[in-house]
Amino acid sequence: MGSEESQRRSTTLEGFRVLGHAIRREPGIFVLSTLGSVLFAVLTVADAWVLGWATDHVVIPAFETGEIGAGLLWAVLGLFLGVAILRAVGIVARRLGAGVMQYRMQAHTRRAVTRQYLTLPMEWHQRHPTGQLLSNAYSDVEAAWAPIAPLPMALGTVVMMVIAVVQMLLADVVMALVGLLVFPLVLVANLAYQRLASPLMTHAQGLRAEVSEIAHESFDGAMVVKTLGREGEETERFRAKAHELRDVNIRVGRIRAAFDPTLASLPNVGVLVVLAVGVARVTSGQTDAGDVVTVAYLLTIVSFPIRAIGWLLGEFPRSVVGFRRTRAVIEATGSMPHGGEALPTTPVGARLEVDGLRYSYDEEAPLLQGLSFDVEPGRTVAIVGATASGKSTLTSLLTRLVDPDGGRILVDGADLRDLAHGELARSVALVPQNAFLFDDTVRGNVTLGAEVPDEDVWAALRAAQADGFVAALPHGLDTRLGERGTSLSGGQRQRISLARALVRRPRLLILDDATSAVDPEVEARILATLRHGAMGDGDSTGGSDTTLVVVAYRKATISLADDVIHLQDGRVAGRGHHADLLSSSPAYARLVNAYEQAAHEAGER
Amino acid sequence: MSTTTTGPQTSGTRMDTGEDIGAIDTLRRGVAISPELKEGVWATLLLAVIASCGQVVVPIAVQQTLDRGLNGPGGPRLGYVVWMGLAAAAAIAVTSTASYLMTSRLFATSERGLATLRIKAFRHVHDLPLLTQNTERRGALVSRVTSDVDQVSQFLVFGGLIFVVSVGQMLVATVLMVVYSWQLALVVWLSFAPLFLSIRYFQRKLSAAYGVVRHQVGVLLGAISEPVVGAAVVRSYAVEDRTQRRIDRAIGAYQSASTRAQKFTVVSFSLGGISAGLANAGVLIVGVLLGFTTDMTAGKVLAFAFLVTLFVGPVQMGTQILTDAQNAIASWRRVIGILETPADLVDPGPDGVVLPRGPIDVTFDHVSFAYPDGPPVLVDVDLHLEAGTRVAIVGETGSGKSTFAKLLTRLMDPVEGAVLLDGLDVRTIAQESLRASVVLVPQEGFLFDDSIAANVRYGRLGATEEEIRASARELGLSEWLEGLPRGLATKVGQRGESLSAGERQLVALLRAHLADPDLLVLDEATSAVDPRLEMQIGRALERLMEARTSVTIAHRLSTAEAADEVIVVDRGRVVQRGPHRELVAQEGSVYAGLHASWIAQHDA
Ligand SMILES: Nc1ncnc2c1ncn2[C@@H]1O[C@H](COP(=O)(O)OP(=O)(O)OP(=O)(O)O)[C@@H](O)[C@H]1O
Ligand SMILES: Nc1ncnc2c1ncn2[C@@H]1O[C@H](COP(=O)(O)OP(=O)(O)OP(=O)(O)O)[C@@H](O)[C@H]1O
Ligand SMILES: [Mg+2]
Ligand SMILES: [Mg+2]
Repeated sequence: MGSEESQRRSTTLEGFRVLGHAIRREPGIFVLSTLGSVLFAVLTVADAWVLGWATDHVVIPAFETGEIGAGLLWAVLGLFLGVAILRAVGIVARRLGAGVMQYRMQAHTRRAVTRQYLTLPMEWHQRHPTGQLLSNAYSDVEAAWAPIAPLPMALGTVVMMVIAVVQMLLADVVMALVGLLVFPLVLVANLAYQRLASPLMTHAQGLRAEVSEIAHESFDGAMVVKTLGREGEETERFRAKAHELRDVNIRVGRIRAAFDPTLASLPNVGVLVVLAVGVARVTSGQTDAGDVVTVAYLLTIVSFPIRAIGWLLGEFPRSVVGFRRTRAVIEATGSMPHGGEALPTTPVGARLEVDGLRYSYDEEAPLLQGLSFDVEPGRTVAIVGATASGKSTLTSLLTRLVDPDGGRILVDGADLRDLAHGELARSVALVPQNAFLFDDTVRGNVTLGAEVPDEDVWAALRAAQADGFVAALPHGLDTRLGERGTSLSGGQRQRISLARALVRRPRLLILDDATSAVDPEVEARILATLRHGAMGDGDSTGGSDTTLVVVAYRKATISLADDVIHLQDGRVAGRGHHADLLSSSPAYARLVNAYEQAAHEAGER
Repeated sequence: MSTTTTGPQTSGTRMDTGEDIGAIDTLRRGVAISPELKEGVWATLLLAVIASCGQVVVPIAVQQTLDRGLNGPGGPRLGYVVWMGLAAAAAIAVTSTASYLMTSRLFATSERGLATLRIKAFRHVHDLPLLTQNTERRGALVSRVTSDVDQVSQFLVFGGLIFVVSVGQMLVATVLMVVYSWQLALVVWLSFAPLFLSIRYFQRKLSAAYGVVRHQVGVLLGAISEPVVGAAVVRSYAVEDRTQRRIDRAIGAYQSASTRAQKFTVVSFSLGGISAGLANAGVLIVGVLLGFTTDMTAGKVLAFAFLVTLFVGPVQMGTQILTDAQNAIASWRRVIGILETPADLVDPGPDGVVLPRGPIDVTFDHVSFAYPDGPPVLVDVDLHLEAGTRVAIVGETGSGKSTFAKLLTRLMDPVEGAVLLDGLDVRTIAQESLRASVVLVPQEGFLFDDSIAANVRYGRLGATEEEIRASARELGLSEWLEGLPRGLATKVGQRGESLSAGERQLVALLRAHLADPDLLVLDEATSAVDPRLEMQIGRALERLMEARTSVTIAHRLSTAEAADEVIVVDRGRVVQRGPHRELVAQEGSVYAGLHASWIAQHDA
């Protein structure tokens, strides 16, 4: 995108280019609606012709002769109605066509935009507030395709205009040229309008997104707002933006208010100029009065097309802004490229290797600085580290939510970046630290649309210790959970989220502090199940085949692991069995033994 | 908008869709909500009349100049042309100016009015009870204060007054027609009768159709916002295709709803055109026939035909506006619907009592609670917590602990019984006073997309950085805070997602501490914090809570061990209470069981 200046200059051109996209995308319906519009224009002329014909052949003779044939009267009725009905057909084709075209284009763009939302990397999402994305998908799309509505009308009237201009030129070239001066004036007015309105409209669409942002965030955090009684402050925040938007809209309105009547009056002014020139020419005998009348009359006819085109041009600035904003999303790059490799489909646990892994959100504060470890198939490894030591970051690297800055991660020897899309998810499941549930049924939340028999869903729920409360829900598996699962308690949500991972029988299961909201008893049962076969069906045959990586603080979880990795300062500070680490690493002991220490101290007091 | 009557007992009213507010009612209420819309309406109307008269006068003046001045029987009359030309130019100037003034005034008043509507609706969403807020997706709520309002604005600017003017023009044309010939006027009206009669029908259809359209916008935004917020889950489970199908379905539903509405619009509009043809034919035919019996002349019939066009124009304009109006009204309704949703948890307002500052004592007086259409979650909870004590609440997941916390902080009202603070029913306490004295740190922390400092200031507006640092020191969080490369200026990201889960909880805790409450309720507030830091915070809180009452919900029984009193909740009932030592000693009790598994974990 060029400088702001060049953007401004080309709004009209760019507006047409935007329309060009639409026409190329939906040519059939566009042609249909334009034909409808032409039909309408032609029949509007025909209407005047019918009136003239009826006057000459029916009305005047009837009054002169004092008699009238019934046939003629029927003919009048037939002609008027025929023209009216055809005209109605034209209207239907034009408006319905324009509507259908507009809604189709909106749908195309919305699909493209939302597809991007689903493919762009997490890092992009973190830079783009949800409210803004909503505004891109709704308001900007509406704006982009708004000119489609007046488009067929404007095109249809162009036909009218061309006919009128040709006739003018035939009548008297000099006066026609004088009259045609209207067109450059229209151009100037349009240019001035686009130039003044464009930056304001750009600003306005931006503000719309901001208003949407504040609303979304504020409603999202409604509970915090309530608990701290900050409704007033939030309203102030919203008010400030809403007022900014209002003021810009009012300024846009003023420009629009000047543009419309200017366009409407230019042809009239033209008529007056033609009259002035015409009178001079008539008196000097260069032309006769009839031609002046013709040219002037034709000019008034031109005024309607000019206005129709004005409606079209009037939509351009907003359209161009909306189009640009949606383009910015559609053209945003950075989606993660996928390779073509596949992972084996054995039920055996996956082998995980992490090699020299480096990652940081902020160059000045490196987070993971060369992390290396591996996990043998079927083993359980606990990741232990202080708050903010990078555990969740590690889990998101392991599931390729983000790609490392350096080093690599291999699952069964394959670099994650070489795997085909969906391949990793088939073998690896992450239970995130914050359970996210969809506004869907329990079943939908567990299966996420996969074809899974209900027995398996129940088995997964049982393994996650969620079967009890799900069975007690009014509609069992078919109970809807509300947005983000609001109708469940925190621990219940976590267990559904756990079942979601278990039902997939992953070969590598990653739990990111996934039982923090579960009480000790339930947690103990969950851990026991995980230990003895994730789905409970491997029962006493010697434990699970699944490779397990658990981020945990609780000793029960940690001691269940074959191995513990102590994460500190972005490196593996220690690795070994829990008991060994306790004795060999004071830092580790301080971290995990805090409760006992506290109890101990309390006992001494 | 709050009424003083006590609302229905379960606080789960659904968000009003506004669907059953009639069109006229919508306008009336809409204007009542945004009084700006009425401001200067007469002056604007006057300008509208001038502008629309101009639209008739200018062509007539031009035509007169041509017919009489230039093309007259005696050749061009220079003087006449000049004067008429000047008059026409003046008319153009006046018309354009009036039109400019009218439109810009319309923009100004409607934008002002709508900003007010937007803001009031936004505020009201926050005034609604938590459970009502949860009955609608966030995305759909957003659509009500954004796109719905925008939709109304377009109508108000281009529709409202033009409609009034059109009706006026129609009436004037009718009067003129009647003066010319009442019989022909009758013919015209009869031709338009089917249109006028069908308008009500179409309006109803359109109203329903546009209602669906607006509803679908809400559905669409809801369908988009959910996977955007849950992007990580969508990604890590590779369910992009399914998610996209769901979004596509919402996009398709909106598209077909719009197309359907457009069909009605088009049909009702084209009906107007057919009526016009009928009227033209009728006038000529009946005019001719009248000529045989009355003094009707050819000139009169033709003049009348011109009058018909004066009538048809505004009728078509009016139909068009009525259609647009249905779209706007469907949107307006949805916004008004928010304001019509009762704020069940009525703020007692100025009658509210103010809680005295100082440690608060808490009484649950036979409190029972059930979520709307759900089973009882709390049953007959009857207890008293002494001012200044530290109370821990434990119990299995789903036993009702968070529900207890929400009732205690009046995010919901009990179905039965009452919650009393310092002996005052919470329903009588002024909201402002309640929120200042009682603070809840909810289980699901939420931070705003801003700096840590800004988020913490949410607890106490205008706190200085020094005060914030001091607070952090008191809580034992200095080390953490100083360790952040950007310190208090660290951006937390959307919903706080640029912080680690534990850090988010630290910020929420700091925010609550800065608010300096007399009753602090912590619902799993440190569940994601590492044990060392958690114990450190626990000790700090012990000190800080000495002069306050605190209620802490935690699964880590270390918290319970340190509390003055432990309350054990089991399936909605309080089954045990007392100090830790006593409860552990009660063999076979719920608490003893919980404690046993806790110990088992830690000795493992
Ligand atoms: N999206 C992000 N943008 C910028 N910084 C981030 C982002 N996510 C995490 N961080 C920072 O990276 C560090 C590690 O975060 P991470 O979530 O990995 O920690 P964690 O070990 O999981 O902590 P916790 O135990 O609290 O869950 C933190 O300092 C955090 O502020
Ligand atoms: N908004 C809601 N609508 C309907 N039911 C709900 C709602 N919130 C909670 N419940 C139900 O009420 C019961 C108690 O929930 P609550 O959140 O109070 O449990 P909790 O004790 O805090 O559990 P946890 O330890 O898991 O946080 C649960 O069965 C839950 O499903
Ligand atoms: Mg984490
Ligand atoms: Mg809870």
